[in-house]
Amino acid sequence: MIKNINVALIGNPNTGKTSVFNALTGLNQKVGNYPGITVEKKQGSCRLDRVTKARILDLPGTYSINASSMDESVVVELLLNKNNPDYPDVAVVVTEVENLKRNLLLFTQIKDLEIPTVLLINMSDQMQRKGIKIDMEKLEEKLNTKVVLVSTRRNSGVDQLKQILVEYRSISTTPLMNPKEIDPTYFENLEKAFPNQSLYKLWLVITQDVNFMQLERKKVEDTTHFKTQTKTYLKKLQQRETIKRYQMINQILKATYEVNRKEAKDLRIQLDNIMIHKFWGYAIFFLILLMIFQAIFEWSSVPMDMIDSSFAQLSEWIKNQMPAGILTDLLAEGVISGLGGIVIFIPQIAFLFLFISVLEETGYMSRVVFLMDRGLRRFGLSGKSVVPLISGTACAIPAVMATRNIENWKERLITILVVPFTTCSARLPVYLILIALVIPDGRLLGFNYQGLTLMGLYFLGFLMAILSASVLNNFLKSPNKSYFVVEMPNYKLPLLKNVLLTVWEKTRSFVIEAGKIILAISILLWFMASFGPGKNFSNAEQIITQEYADQPIEPEVLECKIAAFKLENSYIGVLGKTIEPLIRPLGYDWKIGIALISSFAAREVFVGTLATIYSVESDTQETIKNRMAGEKRKNGLPRFNLATGISLMLFYAFAMQCMSTLAIVKKETNSWKWPTIQLFSMTLIAYLAALLAYQMLK
Amino acid sequence: MLPLHQLAPGQKAIIESIETESLPLKLIEMGCLPGNEIALLYWAPFRDPLYLRIEEVHLAIRKEVAQHIMVKPLVDD
Repeated sequence: MIKNINVALIGNPNTGKTSVFNALTGLNQKVGNYPGITVEKKQGSCRLDRVTKARILDLPGTYSINASSMDESVVVELLLNKNNPDYPDVAVVVTEVENLKRNLLLFTQIKDLEIPTVLLINMSDQMQRKGIKIDMEKLEEKLNTKVVLVSTRRNSGVDQLKQILVEYRSISTTPLMNPKEIDPTYFENLEKAFPNQSLYKLWLVITQDVNFMQLERKKVEDTTHFKTQTKTYLKKLQQRETIKRYQMINQILKATYEVNRKEAKDLRIQLDNIMIHKFWGYAIFFLILLMIFQAIFEWSSVPMDMIDSSFAQLSEWIKNQMPAGILTDLLAEGVISGLGGIVIFIPQIAFLFLFISVLEETGYMSRVVFLMDRGLRRFGLSGKSVVPLISGTACAIPAVMATRNIENWKERLITILVVPFTTCSARLPVYLILIALVIPDGRLLGFNYQGLTLMGLYFLGFLMAILSASVLNNFLKSPNKSYFVVEMPNYKLPLLKNVLLTVWEKTRSFVIEAGKIILAISILLWFMASFGPGKNFSNAEQIITQEYADQPIEPEVLECKIAAFKLENSYIGVLGKTIEPLIRPLGYDWKIGIALISSFAAREVFVGTLATIYSVESDTQETIKNRMAGEKRKNGLPRFNLATGISLMLFYAFAMQCMSTLAIVKKETNSWKWPTIQLFSMTLIAYLAALLAYQMLK
Repeated sequence: MLPLHQLAPGQKAIIESIETESLPLKLIEMGCLPGNEIALLYWAPFRDPLYLRIEEVHLAIRKEVAQHIMVKPLVDD
């Protein structure tokens, strides 16, 4: 019989908690989301001994149990809810040997929840170098639990930890502090109101939203009738609690912990002198940004081209191998092209997260936050908005998810709302083909017009993000006050294993999250393009064949003409014609209208749709790319003049045409309000900008 | 005694008092408590945010928060 136990890993950020998790679980981990929110839920399993298996939950990093961000509130919600299937049998608080004092604050809080709590002191390989000595026996006695020294770099202590976890029942659950020490009267009243309950847990339930207001939260216990004190008073008590805990910790450490501080010889000061230098700091950041863009646009293009052509081949192959019919069409044109539309982004997303996780692991990202905070704050953003804004140039979906560690609700919301303006990679194919069509091939001061236009569109995206942020900043009211506190961790070399696992997880969750929506819409669009009302659609073949009966025409060309005629009379064609009056002032016809509608699956679908509509003569081997090239040769089409081209570029720059992003915004903000506002206001801006451009240039 | 943001970079001080109303709990939990040693390490341009060391914890806060922390500078030894 295998016995399963629940183990929760809890700890401050930057303590190497994830390394411990990786050391325990290896690849036996899966990442999901907590219900309703997109805080990452990392779970793994680990065999402790012959008969015991542990389900290990890696909780989001938190400085204390008093949550001040969405990530942190997950921790307290779990630990207060015994009925949660993930409620731990035993908790492991991961601490770092150098910052033991601060880390112990969280330990004492968890221990007081009456959960068996193991203290794990990580990075023990640093002890000698930093002159740290710990009296383990005494520490175990004072904390009334098991303490284990671990070094994930040297792979030591993990077996000992497993042994301790097996014997978790022997760990005392007696709290370290009596809450009555904080304020005798308050807690005695509380005890009278709720006899036989853990005072500390009650206290946490009451104060759960003092520091961080969530829009919705589950009530663990109904304490609404015990809100006898003001928030200010409760906050005072929380501070008193913190002071009391530190007094206790200081006493414990005095007897057990010794540091021989010979001027710490770490690299922090030398590196910080450069990394946050008034000039060099920004120069380095700019260079790193250039490198990230280089990776996203240059290096990724090789695998992306490969993916593009192999999906096109797969689609052809299916068409040739399977019996012709509706199912084959659905598979080849709906499902495969939908899947291709997701997979094509994997190289860029993977590169992006490779850079971001290296920058975070090394501790550099906090320096960027420090450097950028002042400048971005003017627009209602925060230094922590930098990562989302950079991520947005690959895809808005991971960018929106990257806003989770912004504590201030208003700053976070503004970041989420403006991020879709940054030029995501799905816009790139649209821009490229439009630029090739309408921008002449000349040079200005040695710079190519086409290149300048593309760069201008990127700047325009950032500019629009910043501008709309400052507009929102004036309109939004902040429901809670929360402050900017950023830990500046020491620089360290990233662990390859951690980096690769992050890249793997993030990419995977992107494929799943965005994938379902893109796939669903692709199938829907395929359906709308493959069926149509009325006789014109069902008799397309006959009509066109008759029309060209007396002309010499190659069968392939004829087939294209039929396809185009079918599309014109399909549901989506009818829809395109319906919206034509609305988009005519922008310089578009119903054909572009169809492409605009199908862009809701993903913007780059624009190109493929146009290729079909203009019935590009294609032989079977052709990929979407070549179809684009074919499109370019038809430069003479009056429809694509400069005015229409610029108008379309502006429309794509500003419009909210991505269902997946809207879905993720709904999830992150927990309401339909914000994605709706985003959809309508962005699309309105796009419409007006395109209208103005077309009317002025025409 | 002076507010924290008036220290010069590199200067050390002892935290004298904090205006608890205006400080985030997180900062206090990171050790921003009277009696602890604090050092201003760097400023970002426009002297905001501030890069601090409180005991062994390194962190950055904004000026608007720093002005609620009163400190007594230590004479260099």
